[in-house]
Amino acid sequence: MSEMINLTIDGETILVPAGTTVMDAAERLGIHIPRLCYHPNLSLEGSCRVCVVQVEGFDHCLASCATTAWEGMEVQTNSPVIRQARRDIVELLLDNHPRDCQTCDRDGVCELQNLAYRLGVRERHFEGRRKQFPVDDSGASVVRNAEKCILCGRCIRVCDEIQGVANLSQHGRGFTTVVGPANLAPMDESACIQCGQCVSVCPTAAFLEQDHTERVWEALGHPRTEKHVVATTAPAIRAALGEAFGLPVGTPVTGKMVTALRRMGFDAVFDVNFSADLTVMEEAHELLKRMEGGGPLPLLTSCSPGWVSFLEKFYPEMIPHMSSCKSPMQMQSTLIKSYYAQQKGLDPKDIYVVSVMPCVAKKFEAARPEHTLDGRPTTDAVVTTRELAQMIKSYGIDFTRLPDGEFDHPLGTSSGAADIFGATGGVMEAALRTAAYKLTGRNLGNLELTEVRGAAGEIRETSVTLAGRTLNVAVANGLQNAKVLLDAVKRGEKQYHLIEIMACPGGCICGGGQPYPPIGSYTMNRDLAKGRARALYGIDSGKTLRCSHDNPDVQKLYEAFLGEPLSPTAHALLHTHYTARTPRGIR
Amino acid sequence: MTACPHCPTDNWPELERGYRAMLPEDVLAFIDAHRGEPHSESLLIATLHMVQDHLGHLGPGHLEAVAQLMQIPLAKVTGVATFYHYFRLQPRGRYLINVCLGTACYVKGAEKVAQKLMDELGIHFGETSKDGIFSLESTRCVGTCGLAPVVMIGEEVHGPLTPGQVPALLESYLARAAEEMAKV
Ligand code: SF4
Ligand code: SF4
Ligand code: SF4
Ligand code: FES
Ligand code: FES
Repeated sequence: MSEMINLTIDGETILVPAGTTVMDAAERLGIHIPRLCYHPNLSLEGSCRVCVVQVEGFDHCLASCATTAWEGMEVQTNSPVIRQARRDIVELLLDNHPRDCQTCDRDGVCELQNLAYRLGVRERHFEGRRKQFPVDDSGASVVRNAEKCILCGRCIRVCDEIQGVANLSQHGRGFTTVVGPANLAPMDESACIQCGQCVSVCPTAAFLEQDHTERVWEALGHPRTEKHVVATTAPAIRAALGEAFGLPVGTPVTGKMVTALRRMGFDAVFDVNFSADLTVMEEAHELLKRMEGGGPLPLLTSCSPGWVSFLEKFYPEMIPHMSSCKSPMQMQSTLIKSYYAQQKGLDPKDIYVVSVMPCVAKKFEAARPEHTLDGRPTTDAVVTTRELAQMIKSYGIDFTRLPDGEFDHPLGTSSGAADIFGATGGVMEAALRTAAYKLTGRNLGNLELTEVRGAAGEIRETSVTLAGRTLNVAVANGLQNAKVLLDAVKRGEKQYHLIEIMACPGGCICGGGQPYPPIGSYTMNRDLAKGRARALYGIDSGKTLRCSHDNPDVQKLYEAFLGEPLSPTAHALLHTHYTARTPRGIR
Repeated sequence: MTACPHCPTDNWPELERGYRAMLPEDVLAFIDAHRGEPHSESLLIATLHMVQDHLGHLGPGHLEAVAQLMQIPLAKVTGVATFYHYFRLQPRGRYLINVCLGTACYVKGAEKVAQKLMDELGIHFGETSKDGIFSLESTRCVGTCGLAPVVMIGEEVHGPLTPGQVPALLESYLARAAEEMAKV
């Protein structure tokens, strides 16, 4: 057992393990010390000083996030001195901040704004020079607005420590210090892989996703006879959208989401899950083919566009290992503008596809030249979960009271294997359910491969024996973890058949486009990630249809349109290619 | 369809050739000698000094070459290069203007002179004017406090100087530059 120590916080004594910070000790007493730069999953920065406390025997204030408690320590978190100091710090931040909360994208969900409110900052004292920087909104996915930056450094740390991209740092010094990519290059010309984790961890509006809501409203404004506007939703949306309407974490809201989209005027509401099933079919066959045909193995999954960009910029020599399958989103959009268009007798150019994604990188993916049809993007708009929530609110829909709706057919039917695509390990589990069936002619015992169901920031590996063959598989989320796996493969230490990689920590459920965590919680928070994953695994286990190869509408699609998995038609429509890209990342 | 498994998709050999061509031999030797050492990152500043000593400044290409060859993320390299006063990110102009901000000069209004220089040239300290003629730097006491406020242009000392005299001073150097260039 580790050594325990006693300290007093605001007059109450508490016993904590040695090494506990004052901030954590206070948390145990139910005291939430205000903070800005602190993030429990990232290294300690200790730069904002908002978390200061008073300690007996010291005549200066100490930062509670960076101070380890000691035996007999006497701490005050709310003395008049501290309250004043904290307020001064926040006031100074605000003095150098634009005054446009009302028109700001983070209005209402901003940590700085919330802090100012809670600390009772009601006026601005100092009128002076304010930082002025241009907004970089040239990127397909991520917008950088340095005027809203408070230099907390969270984005720099998440990009480096969790994503292994290290695309951001502070540039310059003093008053003109600015956070951005090398040479303050436009986002898409930097090493950025568009994951949007900087957007997730930023306490303010200094990083945001590129807005697509306006173009969607515009499309919805056209008469139905002119434009057929289709919504299609990713697996992870249903697990998190409810949070934006005050529902508890882990509340699945599939039916309400469908109803809301229909009310907003979408002509059809489809489910990207359908194409997740299709991805499993194609990818499982690709795996088996490579196992028979001599590789190259391991096969790497290709659903996560942040990961795709990462491969192209950081590990281009591994491109031959990447599955050629398009992501479920791109398969779905392609099918909407081919198969569905044909069935409905519609001209693909009159169809407008709106993908709802937990992901910021999907906007970049949609803009890739590979994903076009007759010179126009296959996916016309990508809105994040956050953007969809905002649209529902602005429409005036009372989300929590909506009745449950059903997806449209044929691109709305899905198996439980598709639902779990949203969580780390889900693509692997789904693919193995189908690979097992193809190899043994039978479904896996209880179908569940809990060994690959990991948590945020975990690497998992396991072996499954199917029809006498052993498959070594590994799963990583967060690209720093992907580096660990890929380096082990490159050094020849590990021989895997299949590796699943999702760019975001925890998988799509914690994607860069998911609702901001409630104040006091954090992105990557274990309970948040687990709660959202639970929603998806719950949907899966509640379905009778649990394997992609059993999806009747997928079977019909093959019979009527594609032929077999990996057929020439399937290749033409559902597969893609990759290119080494610069600037090359440092790994 | 994915790339042919037999075709190399590795762009490193080609990129590396380009990066090596950007840097002087002994900088390359220094980087190579320390490659793979546990704290090679701590040699970044020393490496940047070497590059600047050789080439006079650190251009975007040099920074990228250093980042790639030392395997340090470029954002960190440009972060360091823009943090320290000492590093020049643009080639030095024909004339280096050094504004003395030492105590004596400061008290006598050096800041106003500096501001006038910045306004006239449209640059800040550490930068070079668009025409490549002037670079602007600041320094501490150059030992001629009797002439405060003092500005050095190349090896020549000018002082005491008022902001009003700055345009004419710059003009005289522009004329000299034109003459010198006409000769060549
Ligand atoms: S970032 Fe926050 S504090 Fe700043 S303007 Fe936006 S809402 Fe207001
Ligand atoms: S989007 Fe991702 S890769 Fe790009 S800067 Fe942000 S955290 Fe880094
Ligand atoms: S951009 Fe946001 S996360 Fe990054 S340093 Fe600025 S305020 Fe912090
Ligand atoms: S939260 Fe402790 S210093 Fe920023
Ligand atoms: S302070 Fe400027 S020359 Fe001495």
